[in-house]
Amino acid sequence: MSEKKISLWELYGTFAKIGSFTIGGGYAMIPLIEREIVDKKKWLDEKEFLDLLVIAQSAPGVMAINFSTLLGNRFRGKKGSLACALGSATPSFFIILLFAIFLTQYENSPLVVKIFKAVRPAVVALIAVPVFNLAKSAKLNWGTFWIPIVAALLIWKCGVSPIYIIIVAGIGGIVARMISDKRKKNRNKT
Amino acid sequence: MIYWQLFLTFFKIGLFGFGGGNAMISLIQFEVVQRHAWLTNPEFTNMVAVSQVTPGPVGINCATYTGYLASGNVFGAFLATFSLVLPSFIIMLLIAKMLTKLKNNPYFEGAMNGLRPAIVGLIAAAALLLSDKGTFGEHYSDVISWIIFAVAFASVKFFKVNPIIVILVTAVAGIFIY
Repeated sequence: MSEKKISLWELYGTFAKIGSFTIGGGYAMIPLIEREIVDKKKWLDEKEFLDLLVIAQSAPGVMAINFSTLLGNRFRGKKGSLACALGSATPSFFIILLFAIFLTQYENSPLVVKIFKAVRPAVVALIAVPVFNLAKSAKLNWGTFWIPIVAALLIWKCGVSPIYIIIVAGIGGIVARMISDKRKKNRNKT
Repeated sequence: MIYWQLFLTFFKIGLFGFGGGNAMISLIQFEVVQRHAWLTNPEFTNMVAVSQVTPGPVGINCATYTGYLASGNVFGAFLATFSLVLPSFIIMLLIAKMLTKLKNNPYFEGAMNGLRPAIVGLIAAAALLLSDKGTFGEHYSDVISWIIFAVAFASVKFFKVNPIIVILVTAVAGIFIY
Protein backbone atom coordinates (compact mmCIF):
# COMPACT_ATOMS: atom_id res chain seq x y z
CA MET A 1 0.00 0.00 0.00
CA SER A 2 2.63 2.49 1.09
CA GLU A 3 5.37 2.63 -1.53
CA LYS A 4 6.89 5.83 -0.23
CA LYS A 5 9.27 5.25 2.65
CA ILE A 6 8.01 5.96 6.13
CA SER A 7 10.76 7.60 8.17
CA LEU A 8 12.12 5.80 11.23
CA TRP A 9 11.46 8.89 13.33
CA GLU A 10 7.86 8.90 12.27
CA LEU A 11 7.54 5.23 13.28
CA TYR A 12 9.23 5.87 16.61
CA GLY A 13 7.11 8.94 17.26
CA THR A 14 3.84 7.26 16.35
CA PHE A 15 4.45 4.29 18.64
CA ALA A 16 5.82 6.45 21.45
CA LYS A 17 2.64 8.51 21.30
CA ILE A 18 0.50 5.38 21.47
CA GLY A 19 2.66 4.01 24.28
CA SER A 20 2.30 7.15 26.38
CA PHE A 21 -1.47 7.35 26.20
CA THR A 22 -2.58 3.77 26.76
CA ILE A 23 -3.06 3.00 30.39
CA GLY A 24 -4.12 -0.54 31.19
CA GLY A 25 -1.69 -2.80 29.41
CA GLY A 26 -0.97 -3.96 25.89
CA TYR A 27 -4.50 -4.76 24.88
CA ALA A 28 -5.51 -1.15 25.45
CA MET A 29 -2.96 -0.24 22.75
CA ILE A 30 -4.58 -2.21 19.94
CA PRO A 31 -7.48 0.15 19.12
CA LEU A 32 -5.09 3.12 19.20
CA ILE A 33 -2.58 1.43 16.92
CA GLU A 34 -5.42 0.58 14.57
CA ARG A 35 -6.72 4.14 14.51
CA GLU A 36 -3.28 5.60 13.88
CA ILE A 37 -1.85 3.26 11.26
CA VAL A 38 -4.94 1.86 9.54
CA ASP A 39 -7.53 4.64 9.72
CA LYS A 40 -5.47 7.81 9.88
CA LYS A 41 -2.15 7.11 8.17
CA LYS A 42 -3.35 4.24 5.99
CA TRP A 43 0.00 2.46 6.16
CA LEU A 44 -1.76 -0.89 6.29
CA ASP A 45 -5.17 -2.32 5.48
CA GLU A 46 -7.48 -3.87 8.04
CA LYS A 47 -6.92 -7.45 6.91
CA GLU A 48 -3.14 -7.36 7.16
CA PHE A 49 -3.43 -5.56 10.49
CA LEU A 50 -5.50 -8.43 11.89
CA ASP A 51 -3.21 -11.10 10.42
CA LEU A 52 -0.18 -9.57 12.11
CA LEU A 53 -2.14 -9.16 15.35
CA VAL A 54 -2.95 -12.87 15.46
CA ILE A 55 0.74 -13.71 15.06
CA ALA A 56 1.69 -11.26 17.83
CA GLN A 57 -0.88 -12.83 20.15
CA SER A 58 0.08 -16.44 19.55
CA ALA A 59 3.80 -15.85 20.11
CA PRO A 60 5.34 -15.62 23.59
CA GLY A 61 6.42 -12.32 25.13
CA VAL A 62 4.89 -8.90 25.62
CA MET A 63 2.15 -8.79 23.00
CA ALA A 64 2.44 -5.04 22.33
CA ILE A 65 6.18 -5.42 21.67
CA ASN A 66 5.58 -8.41 19.39
CA PHE A 67 3.03 -6.42 17.46
CA SER A 68 5.19 -3.28 17.22
CA THR A 69 8.14 -5.37 16.03
CA LEU A 70 6.04 -7.03 13.32
CA LEU A 71 4.55 -3.75 12.14
CA GLY A 72 7.92 -2.02 12.10
CA ASN A 73 9.40 -4.89 10.13
CA ARG A 74 6.55 -4.68 7.65
CA PHE A 75 7.13 -0.94 7.10
CA ARG A 76 10.91 -0.57 7.21
CA GLY A 77 12.51 -3.96 7.87
CA LYS A 78 14.74 -4.58 10.88
CA LYS A 79 15.43 -0.90 11.51
CA GLY A 80 11.72 -0.22 11.45
CA SER A 81 11.00 -2.95 13.97
CA LEU A 82 13.61 -1.49 16.29
CA ALA A 83 12.07 1.98 15.96
CA CYS A 84 8.54 0.74 16.68
CA ALA A 85 9.46 -1.55 19.57
CA LEU A 86 11.57 1.19 21.16
CA GLY A 87 8.76 3.66 20.60
CA SER A 88 6.18 1.61 22.46
CA ALA A 89 8.57 0.73 25.30
CA THR A 90 10.26 4.07 26.09
CA PRO A 91 7.36 6.09 27.57
CA SER A 92 6.34 3.26 29.86
CA PHE A 93 9.97 2.67 30.86
CA PHE A 94 10.56 6.23 32.04
CA ILE A 95 7.21 6.69 33.74
CA ILE A 96 7.40 3.46 35.73
CA LEU A 97 11.04 4.18 36.57
CA LEU A 98 9.98 7.47 38.17
CA PHE A 99 7.39 5.59 40.21
CA ALA A 100 9.95 2.99 41.30
CA ILE A 101 12.40 5.69 42.39
CA PHE A 102 9.70 7.67 44.18
CA LEU A 103 8.17 4.69 45.94
CA THR A 104 11.48 3.31 47.21
CA GLN A 105 12.08 6.74 48.77
CA TYR A 106 8.66 7.05 50.34
CA GLU A 107 7.57 3.46 50.88
CA ASN A 108 7.33 3.98 54.64
CA SER A 109 5.53 7.29 54.58
CA PRO A 110 2.11 6.89 56.24
CA LEU A 111 0.20 8.12 53.20
CA VAL A 112 1.85 5.63 50.81
CA VAL A 113 1.36 2.79 53.32
CA LYS A 114 -2.34 3.64 53.67
CA ILE A 115 -2.90 3.86 49.94
CA PHE A 116 -1.28 0.53 49.14
CA LYS A 117 -2.87 -1.30 52.06
CA ALA A 118 -6.24 -0.56 50.45
CA VAL A 119 -5.08 -1.10 46.89
CA ARG A 120 -3.54 -4.57 47.37
CA PRO A 121 -6.80 -6.51 47.86
CA ALA A 122 -8.20 -4.71 44.81
CA VAL A 123 -5.19 -5.89 42.77
CA VAL A 124 -5.90 -9.48 43.82
CA ALA A 125 -9.48 -8.98 42.63
CA LEU A 126 -8.26 -7.58 39.30
CA ILE A 127 -6.21 -10.73 38.75
CA ALA A 128 -8.99 -13.04 39.96
CA VAL A 129 -11.58 -11.70 37.50
CA PRO A 130 -9.75 -12.79 34.31
CA VAL A 131 -9.48 -16.31 35.78
CA PHE A 132 -13.26 -16.63 35.50
CA ASN A 133 -13.54 -14.80 32.19
CA LEU A 134 -10.75 -16.85 30.61
CA ALA A 135 -12.14 -20.11 31.98
CA LYS A 136 -15.27 -19.31 30.04
CA SER A 137 -13.51 -18.40 26.78
CA ALA A 138 -11.18 -21.44 27.02
CA LYS A 139 -14.39 -23.52 26.76
CA LEU A 140 -13.40 -25.92 29.52
CA ASN A 141 -15.18 -29.27 29.34
CA TRP A 142 -15.01 -32.57 31.24
CA GLY A 143 -11.78 -33.44 29.46
CA THR A 144 -10.01 -30.18 30.28
CA PHE A 145 -11.51 -28.62 33.41
CA TRP A 146 -8.91 -30.32 35.65
CA ILE A 147 -5.98 -28.67 33.81
CA PRO A 148 -6.30 -25.18 35.36
CA ILE A 149 -6.98 -26.66 38.80
CA VAL A 150 -3.93 -28.94 38.73
CA ALA A 151 -1.78 -26.17 37.24
CA ALA A 152 -2.82 -23.68 39.93
CA LEU A 153 -2.26 -26.18 42.77
CA LEU A 154 1.16 -27.22 41.45
CA ILE A 155 2.32 -23.60 41.34
CA TRP A 156 0.60 -22.45 44.53
CA LYS A 157 1.15 -25.43 46.83
CA CYS A 158 4.08 -27.36 45.35
CA GLY A 159 6.19 -24.43 44.14
CA VAL A 160 6.39 -25.67 40.55
CA SER A 161 7.55 -22.95 38.15
CA PRO A 162 4.82 -21.70 35.76
CA ILE A 163 7.39 -22.11 32.99
CA TYR A 164 7.30 -25.91 33.40
CA ILE A 165 3.50 -25.80 33.36
CA ILE A 166 3.62 -23.92 30.06
CA ILE A 167 6.09 -26.38 28.53
CA VAL A 168 4.12 -29.44 29.68
CA ALA A 169 0.77 -27.96 28.61
CA GLY A 170 2.11 -27.15 25.13
CA ILE A 171 3.59 -30.63 24.65
CA GLY A 172 0.45 -32.21 26.13
CA GLY A 173 -1.68 -30.31 23.62
CA ILE A 174 0.46 -31.57 20.72
CA VAL A 175 0.32 -35.17 21.99
CA ALA A 176 -3.46 -34.95 22.45
CA ARG A 177 -3.80 -33.74 18.88
CA MET A 178 -1.57 -36.57 17.56
CA ILE A 179 -3.68 -39.16 19.38
CA SER A 180 -6.98 -37.76 18.12
CA ASP A 181 -5.60 -37.54 14.56
CA LYS A 182 -4.50 -41.17 14.70
CA ARG A 183 -7.91 -42.24 15.95
CA LYS A 184 -9.57 -40.38 13.10
CA LYS A 185 -7.29 -42.08 10.56
CA ASN A 186 -7.99 -45.51 12.02
CA ARG A 187 -11.68 -44.85 11.91
CA ASN A 188 -11.46 -43.79 8.27
CA LYS A 189 -9.58 -47.00 7.38
CA THR A 190 -12.20 -49.31 8.82
CA MET B 1 25.85 -11.47 39.94
CA ILE B 2 22.61 -9.52 40.03
CA TYR B 3 22.84 -8.24 36.44
CA TRP B 4 23.40 -11.68 34.97
CA GLN B 5 20.51 -13.05 37.01
CA LEU B 6 18.23 -10.21 35.93
CA PHE B 7 19.14 -10.88 32.32
CA LEU B 8 18.52 -14.63 32.54
CA THR B 9 15.29 -14.28 34.51
CA PHE B 10 13.63 -11.74 32.26
CA PHE B 11 14.87 -13.39 29.08
CA LYS B 12 13.24 -16.62 30.30
CA ILE B 13 10.01 -14.78 31.13
CA GLY B 14 9.98 -13.20 27.67
CA LEU B 15 10.61 -16.54 26.01
CA PHE B 16 7.90 -18.49 27.82
CA GLY B 17 5.41 -15.71 28.48
CA PHE B 18 2.42 -17.03 26.58
CA GLY B 19 -1.10 -15.83 27.18
CA GLY B 20 -0.96 -12.07 27.74
CA GLY B 21 -0.18 -9.71 30.60
CA ASN B 22 -1.93 -11.52 33.44
CA ALA B 23 -0.26 -14.84 32.62
CA MET B 24 3.02 -13.00 32.52
CA ILE B 25 2.33 -11.59 35.99
CA SER B 26 2.23 -15.20 37.18
CA LEU B 27 5.65 -15.92 35.68
CA ILE B 28 7.16 -12.72 37.02
CA GLN B 29 5.69 -13.29 40.48
CA PHE B 30 7.16 -16.77 40.65
CA GLU B 31 10.63 -15.74 39.53
CA VAL B 32 10.88 -12.41 41.31
CA VAL B 33 9.17 -13.22 44.64
CA GLN B 34 9.29 -17.00 45.16
CA ARG B 35 12.61 -17.82 43.55
CA HIS B 36 14.87 -14.77 43.82
CA ALA B 37 13.16 -12.81 46.61
CA TRP B 38 14.02 -9.52 44.90
CA LEU B 39 10.62 -8.20 46.00
CA THR B 40 8.38 -9.19 48.90
CA ASN B 41 4.83 -10.24 48.10
CA PRO B 42 3.29 -6.88 49.16
CA GLU B 43 5.95 -5.00 47.16
CA PHE B 44 5.08 -7.12 44.15
CA THR B 45 1.37 -6.43 44.57
CA ASN B 46 2.10 -2.69 44.85
CA MET B 47 4.08 -2.91 41.64
CA VAL B 48 1.18 -4.57 39.81
CA ALA B 49 -1.11 -1.78 41.04
CA VAL B 50 1.26 0.88 39.73
CA SER B 51 1.60 -1.00 36.42
CA GLN B 52 -2.15 -0.92 35.96
CA VAL B 53 -2.42 2.85 36.31
CA THR B 54 0.66 3.84 34.30
CA PRO B 55 0.93 3.75 30.50
CA GLY B 56 2.34 0.87 28.53
CA PRO B 57 2.37 -2.91 28.59
CA VAL B 58 2.21 -4.44 32.08
CA GLY B 59 5.15 -6.77 31.37
CA ILE B 60 7.42 -3.84 30.52
CA ASN B 61 6.31 -1.96 33.62
CA CYS B 62 7.01 -4.93 35.89
CA ALA B 63 10.43 -5.58 34.34
CA THR B 64 11.56 -1.97 34.73
CA TYR B 65 10.26 -1.73 38.31
CA THR B 66 11.76 -5.05 39.40
CA GLY B 67 15.06 -4.28 37.72
CA TYR B 68 15.29 -1.01 39.62
CA LEU B 69 14.38 -2.51 43.00
CA ALA B 70 16.58 -5.59 42.60
CA SER B 71 19.70 -3.69 41.54
CA GLY B 72 19.01 -0.28 43.07
CA ASN B 73 19.93 1.57 39.90
CA VAL B 74 18.68 2.63 36.48
CA PHE B 75 20.96 0.23 34.61
CA GLY B 76 19.27 -2.73 36.32
CA ALA B 77 15.90 -1.34 35.28
CA PHE B 78 17.07 -0.98 31.69
CA LEU B 79 18.68 -4.43 31.61
CA ALA B 80 15.57 -6.22 32.90
CA THR B 81 13.37 -4.44 30.35
CA PHE B 82 15.81 -5.11 27.51
CA SER B 83 16.05 -8.81 28.47
CA LEU B 84 12.27 -9.18 28.49
CA VAL B 85 11.94 -7.62 25.04
CA LEU B 86 14.89 -9.43 23.42
CA PRO B 87 13.22 -12.84 22.85
CA SER B 88 10.12 -11.13 21.40
CA PHE B 89 12.31 -9.24 19.02
CA ILE B 90 14.29 -12.29 17.91
CA ILE B 91 11.21 -14.49 17.54
CA MET B 92 9.24 -11.90 15.61
CA LEU B 93 12.05 -11.19 13.15
CA LEU B 94 13.10 -14.80 12.65
CA ILE B 95 9.88 -16.73 12.60
CA ALA B 96 7.14 -14.21 11.85
CA LYS B 97 6.82 -15.73 8.39
CA MET B 98 6.81 -19.25 9.77
CA LEU B 99 4.11 -18.32 12.26
CA THR B 100 1.77 -17.38 9.43
CA LYS B 101 2.06 -20.96 8.19
CA LEU B 102 2.06 -22.38 11.71
CA LYS B 103 -1.30 -20.80 12.38
CA ASN B 104 -2.97 -23.50 10.30
CA ASN B 105 -0.68 -26.30 11.47
CA PRO B 106 -2.70 -28.85 13.49
CA TYR B 107 0.11 -29.40 16.02
CA PHE B 108 0.59 -25.70 16.66
CA GLU B 109 -3.15 -25.48 17.17
CA GLY B 110 -2.89 -28.50 19.51
CA ALA B 111 -0.19 -26.79 21.58
CA MET B 112 -2.37 -23.68 21.84
CA ASN B 113 -5.33 -25.80 22.93
CA GLY B 114 -3.18 -27.23 25.71
CA LEU B 115 -1.89 -23.80 26.73
CA ARG B 116 -5.27 -22.09 26.99
CA PRO B 117 -6.63 -24.02 30.02
CA ALA B 118 -3.17 -24.05 31.67
CA ILE B 119 -3.00 -20.25 31.48
CA VAL B 120 -6.26 -20.04 33.44
CA GLY B 121 -4.48 -22.04 36.16
CA LEU B 122 -1.41 -19.81 35.98
CA ILE B 123 -3.44 -16.68 36.61
CA ALA B 124 -5.40 -18.37 39.40
CA ALA B 125 -2.09 -19.30 41.04
CA ALA B 126 -0.90 -15.69 40.82
CA ALA B 127 -4.07 -14.48 42.56
CA LEU B 128 -3.68 -17.15 45.28
CA LEU B 129 0.00 -16.41 45.85
CA LEU B 130 -0.72 -12.69 46.20
CA SER B 131 -3.38 -13.38 48.85
CA ASP B 132 -0.96 -13.71 51.74
CA LYS B 133 -0.80 -11.99 55.12
CA GLY B 134 0.61 -8.84 53.54
CA THR B 135 -2.69 -8.46 51.71
CA PHE B 136 -5.38 -9.99 53.91
CA GLY B 137 -3.74 -9.87 57.34
CA GLU B 138 -2.51 -12.67 59.57
CA HIS B 139 -4.68 -15.81 59.05
CA TYR B 140 -6.77 -13.94 56.49
CA SER B 141 -8.37 -12.01 59.35
CA ASP B 142 -8.40 -8.51 57.91
CA VAL B 143 -12.11 -7.79 57.33
CA ILE B 144 -11.66 -4.44 55.59
CA SER B 145 -9.31 -6.03 53.06
CA TRP B 146 -11.91 -8.68 52.27
CA ILE B 147 -14.59 -6.05 51.78
CA ILE B 148 -12.32 -4.12 49.39
CA PHE B 149 -11.59 -7.37 47.55
CA ALA B 150 -15.28 -8.25 47.23
CA VAL B 151 -16.33 -4.79 46.06
CA ALA B 152 -13.47 -4.58 43.56
CA PHE B 153 -14.19 -8.08 42.25
CA ALA B 154 -17.91 -7.43 41.81
CA SER B 155 -17.43 -4.04 40.18
CA VAL B 156 -15.03 -5.40 37.55
CA LYS B 157 -16.73 -8.76 36.99
CA PHE B 158 -20.38 -7.74 37.03
CA PHE B 159 -20.45 -4.01 36.42
CA LYS B 160 -17.49 -3.88 34.01
CA VAL B 161 -15.86 -0.99 35.85
CA ASN B 162 -12.50 -0.01 34.36
CA PRO B 163 -9.63 -1.48 36.48
CA ILE B 164 -7.88 1.90 36.46
CA ILE B 165 -10.89 3.44 38.22
CA VAL B 166 -10.91 0.58 40.76
CA ILE B 167 -7.28 1.20 41.71
CA LEU B 168 -7.67 4.98 41.92
CA VAL B 169 -10.85 4.75 44.01
CA THR B 170 -9.37 2.20 46.45
CA ALA B 171 -6.23 4.35 46.74
CA VAL B 172 -8.28 7.36 47.81
CA ALA B 173 -10.45 5.16 50.05
CA GLY B 174 -7.30 3.88 51.78
CA ILE B 175 -6.38 7.40 52.88
CA PHE B 176 -9.73 7.74 54.67
CA ILE B 177 -10.14 4.17 55.99
CA TYR B 178 -6.71 3.58 57.53
